[in-house]
Amino acid sequence: MHPAATIDTNRFGAEAINLKNAQVQKLVMILLGIMATVLVIPVVMIVITLIQRGGPAISWAFLTTFPSNGMTAGGIFPALLGTVWLVAISLLASVPLGVAAAIYLSEYAPQDHWLTRVINLATINLAGVPSIVHALFGLGAFVAFFHLGTSILAASLTLAVMTLPVVIVASWESLQSVPQAFREACWNMGATRWQTIWHVVLPNALTGILTGIILQVSRAAGETAPIMFTGAAFFLPHLPSGVMDQTMALALHLFTISTQVPGVPDEIPFGVALVLFGIVLVVNTFSIWLRMYLRSKKKW
Amino acid sequence: MSSTTLSVSKISVRNLTIRYGSFTALSDVSLEIPPNQVFGIIGPANSGKTSFLNAINRMDMMRSNMQVTGSVHFNGVDVRSWRNVYALRSKIGVVFPLPVGLPLSIYDNVALSPRLRGLTDKTQIDEIVERSLRRAALWDEVKDRLTSLGSLLSGGQQQRLTIARALSQDPEVLMLDEFSIAVDPVTTMRIEDVLKELKQQMTVILVTNLVQQANRLADQTAFFLDGRCVEVGETRALFDGQVRDQRTNDYIEGRFG
Repeated sequence: MHPAATIDTNRFGAEAINLKNAQVQKLVMILLGIMATVLVIPVVMIVITLIQRGGPAISWAFLTTFPSNGMTAGGIFPALLGTVWLVAISLLASVPLGVAAAIYLSEYAPQDHWLTRVINLATINLAGVPSIVHALFGLGAFVAFFHLGTSILAASLTLAVMTLPVVIVASWESLQSVPQAFREACWNMGATRWQTIWHVVLPNALTGILTGIILQVSRAAGETAPIMFTGAAFFLPHLPSGVMDQTMALALHLFTISTQVPGVPDEIPFGVALVLFGIVLVVNTFSIWLRMYLRSKKKW
Repeated sequence: MSSTTLSVSKISVRNLTIRYGSFTALSDVSLEIPPNQVFGIIGPANSGKTSFLNAINRMDMMRSNMQVTGSVHFNGVDVRSWRNVYALRSKIGVVFPLPVGLPLSIYDNVALSPRLRGLTDKTQIDEIVERSLRRAALWDEVKDRLTSLGSLLSGGQQQRLTIARALSQDPEVLMLDEFSIAVDPVTTMRIEDVLKELKQQMTVILVTNLVQQANRLADQTAFFLDGRCVEVGETRALFDGQVRDQRTNDYIEGRFG
């Protein structure tokens, strides 16, 4: 008889052991599934609470008028506008710097050089710094040292420093995801590093870079600490006339009317929170949509 | 070393040694590659064949740990004395083991090199694209969809696209590094026919892990083993068993590798 025919099938998989493994696998799957589902609970609860309690405050007038009666009534227009200003200017500063740094780190820096390691280490640590520390840095550096005063510019730059490491890491990762073979092919046909980056690497890394940047919008919009010492005011009766003025901002406005001002009707802070949450939701949804759209056009 | 050797050879390699850190990929290789020939390089994996190609077009500049000693002369001029390495590389087309269709349209893949050199005239570029694709035996298959993505072509088509891209540089030397690894046999034969045509106009360096491919195409063949050039000679002679080193015969006959 041929030797293969004599092999005992039980040697490779006893029925009893298979059954037990299958049960364990099922149990693990259910447990992990439950834990993943638990994640959804806080999000759903936040959304329900915000809509229930803040919903009644939302109206066109709420979004377009100034606060009145010592911030116990009226709208949030200057805070909304201020947040848009702060986010826009902070991105204007952090995006060019962050993307440029990422291009250098990914495409030019020798990987085993000490300077590269120092920059990488600095980036990682900068990402881990608490936002209140960024606030104190901004106060010391931009407000005092560079004499920008408490202004939109100082606050935006502080936010920019805070978002910079994430912009760098997100851009670096999407640059790295472009296959090395594309670079090799370009170099071999006589392209310089910059030509390679411009014609082949950047166009294909753009998706990841964009999503990384957009996610920073919601982060910058939601931060309170970095702006409260550097350029955001509790209350201003007029709109800022330029980047050297102070401004109101949504996140700080929420903090102020929830803790500092007596007699504010409940729906106003919840309304502010709902607006802030709405902005974050819209921006993140857009970012996810953009990523899916561009991924569907992926070219390799 | 007489100067006539330099002028006769397209590429002249003297005592070429390549190290990556403490690892020696190629040691003390000297050989002459004459113009308008297919020069075959055979040998098992890790015998230094790819490193050899990289040294010719100065790709060591792009790799921080690759050290090259010895010399490579291209048209009699040391490649390290070229002040503009990008011009040097544009005279040397390279085809990789795995086809690299850049994520651009078929047209843009082939037009990239002329554009990088500053050519903007549409009719001129059109002409180069068509001529290059024709020479690579791909034109008839793609002429109706030049705007579709080059990276979505089949493996065999992408490899011919890579060849067309290399030809768009109008190179004096075409280096192919195991081009048939990811290509079906029919496409391989078509590309081999293309190479037979091309050697009328340029020098072809064919690194291959298929001994018979070298036998079919190469005028001269070098056998690399463990970073050394064991033997160089007329392909016909080598395959007729006229070898100086027994290892060459063993490799050709398939006893190892």
